[in-house]
Amino acid sequence: MDNAVTGLTDVAVGPELAKAPTGIVGLDEITGGGLPRDRVTLVAGSAGAGKTLLGLGFLVAGAREYGEPGVLLTFEESTAKVTSDVRSLGFDLDELQQDGLLTVIAFQMEPTEIVSAGEFDLEPLFLTLDEAIGRIGAKRVVLDTVEVLFGALGDDSTVRAELSRMARWLEDRGVTAVVTGERGDKSLTRHGIEEYVSDCVIVLDHRVREGISTRRLRVVKYRGSAHGTNEYPFLISARGFTVLPITSVALNYRASEERLSTGIERLDHILGGGIFRGSTVMVSGTAGTGKTSLGAHLVNASCDRGERALWILFEESPDQVMRNMRSIGLDLRPWLDAGLLCIWAARPSAFGLETHLADLAQLIDQVAPSVAVLDGITSLSRGASDPEVTSMVTRKIDLLKSRGITTLATVLGHGDEMSTMNMSSMADTWLLLRNVETDGERNRLLFVMKSRGSAHSNQVREFVLTDHGIELVDVYVGRAGVLAGSARLAQQAAERDAELRQADDLSRRRRELRRTIAEREAHLAAVQDQLAAERQEVDRLGLREEHQATDAASDRLVMTTRRWADATPSDGGQR
Amino acid sequence: MSGPRTAAGGTGTAGYSDGDWELRLYVTGRSPKCLRATENLRLACEEHLAGRYQIEVVDLLENPRLAADDQILAVPTVVRKLPLPIRKLVGDLSDTDRLLVGLELRPRSAAP
Repeated sequence: MDNAVTGLTDVAVGPELAKAPTGIVGLDEITGGGLPRDRVTLVAGSAGAGKTLLGLGFLVAGAREYGEPGVLLTFEESTAKVTSDVRSLGFDLDELQQDGLLTVIAFQMEPTEIVSAGEFDLEPLFLTLDEAIGRIGAKRVVLDTVEVLFGALGDDSTVRAELSRMARWLEDRGVTAVVTGERGDKSLTRHGIEEYVSDCVIVLDHRVREGISTRRLRVVKYRGSAHGTNEYPFLISARGFTVLPITSVALNYRASEERLSTGIERLDHILGGGIFRGSTVMVSGTAGTGKTSLGAHLVNASCDRGERALWILFEESPDQVMRNMRSIGLDLRPWLDAGLLCIWAARPSAFGLETHLADLAQLIDQVAPSVAVLDGITSLSRGASDPEVTSMVTRKIDLLKSRGITTLATVLGHGDEMSTMNMSSMADTWLLLRNVETDGERNRLLFVMKSRGSAHSNQVREFVLTDHGIELVDVYVGRAGVLAGSARLAQQAAERDAELRQADDLSRRRRELRRTIAEREAHLAAVQDQLAAERQEVDRLGLREEHQATDAASDRLVMTTRRWADATPSDGGQR
Repeated sequence: MSGPRTAAGGTGTAGYSDGDWELRLYVTGRSPKCLRATENLRLACEEHLAGRYQIEVVDLLENPRLAADDQILAVPTVVRKLPLPIRKLVGDLSDTDRLLVGLELRPRSAAP
């Protein structure tokens, strides 16, 4: 309705740049709010990269959510075909058209039919657009692959000039436009549309690596606005077009103080009372160390509290896992029947990584779990390269974290701490399970490698799978090293023996001593008796001596008297 | 411009038993290109189809929705509706050879 000439160069740039939200999850985050308003955005990509869908998503979101009707001008398909193609993606174009929120105009190119003979212009396209925009009050326009006009009309320089004119015209017309273009070998688009549509350029890429398809989106250029510059994976699913920013959710989640039980009492104790709600636990270990069982305990504990749990199996079928868990005394069937537990088993290689992520997002929406266990998340790497897997796992964990879901992910490590290092930084708690092989048996040890925000035991525990679940046992730590399993039992038995033997020794010695003491005491008593007797004897002897002396004197006197009866002895005691 | 204008030549010439030619010329107003196209088409028809043709000029400015309905991307465009098959020719028709070949007024095989 306007034809006021507004120069493009004097439009304010910077943070104030007005934007038209695309309604596409993720894309608005990357672009800081959407596409530049009243400008033309180029979406370039190879065939099947999702250009049309991005455009349609933009139009449908505008019509449904932002009160901005839109016009789709397509050169690729008939109106009916476009409508039916996108119905499976949740876009009902018929309904929007009936409501006057959308107009689809299709021009089908049949180049063999057209012959050019002299000068021409594309005024009919301008008229068509102008009429459609005016009729429904459109604020958004998508031109789907105008590039087919090149070659079709014989004179490319005219087409180029006309498309350039159209870009300016759309901007003057006050609509936000998306123009799609085929990816070229040397330039962004095959026919260099980017030369005159240069405010915002988005490139879509669809590559297949090792049989798994990965779609990526990159904002190559966004004049006057900051934007994410990474390649972002995106996916096309029943929810439409979704871009998955790696870092956008990053570190904004709320941290809960609430502790959740892992279902293993001793483990809770070691972790200082359990794991934090909403935190991420990584369990790494080699095959057969009990990772799945650990996850099953968490699932069981959650359901037992009446909270929903989502169990995602990357390696086994639900039946198989249920059976295996019954063997350690965990029957999860009741939770399944009660609708508290949802098990999803999908080999990731069956789909692309993005599809997997999209499905996860959908499941989370449906199930609304409070706990999620991702079992065998590293098997994702079977079909894709490591950085891709790492970024996918990061996004999965981000997704779960942003929803406040407590997550336990089990990772197949090779006992080597480095191999899982890149993933461990995402985890709040890292438990390492390790098999130790001694004396012809394998035993499991559990280490708490880290546990953010809680004091935790630094000691290794033995991890025992019993018919009533997992038990943690203190291992024997001593001169012989860490002992577990039979070795631990043997060591314990040996210690018990030693203790018994020592106790025996002591009592024997005590008995012996007692006996000796008794003997000595008896001996002492005897000696004392003897001593007493001897003293008595001594006394007696003294007495006798006295008596004898007295007797002798008197005897002598008697004898003297007798001998010297008539004479006085000279030396006698005569007085 | 108002409505399609029809121009018919004489009808007495024999040779085309399968009927008249029906041509439709799409224009947008009175732009130089459109005026040239109209003139060039008329001249060619007079020369080769005198009395056996009809030209209908459709101005898209008056009914923009016809562009999509009739799949007209560019102007001027001339459509040969009859005889079948339908032919489309884009441009101001200043290239007479292309005009004659495009409309099959002078079959390639008949060229000297």
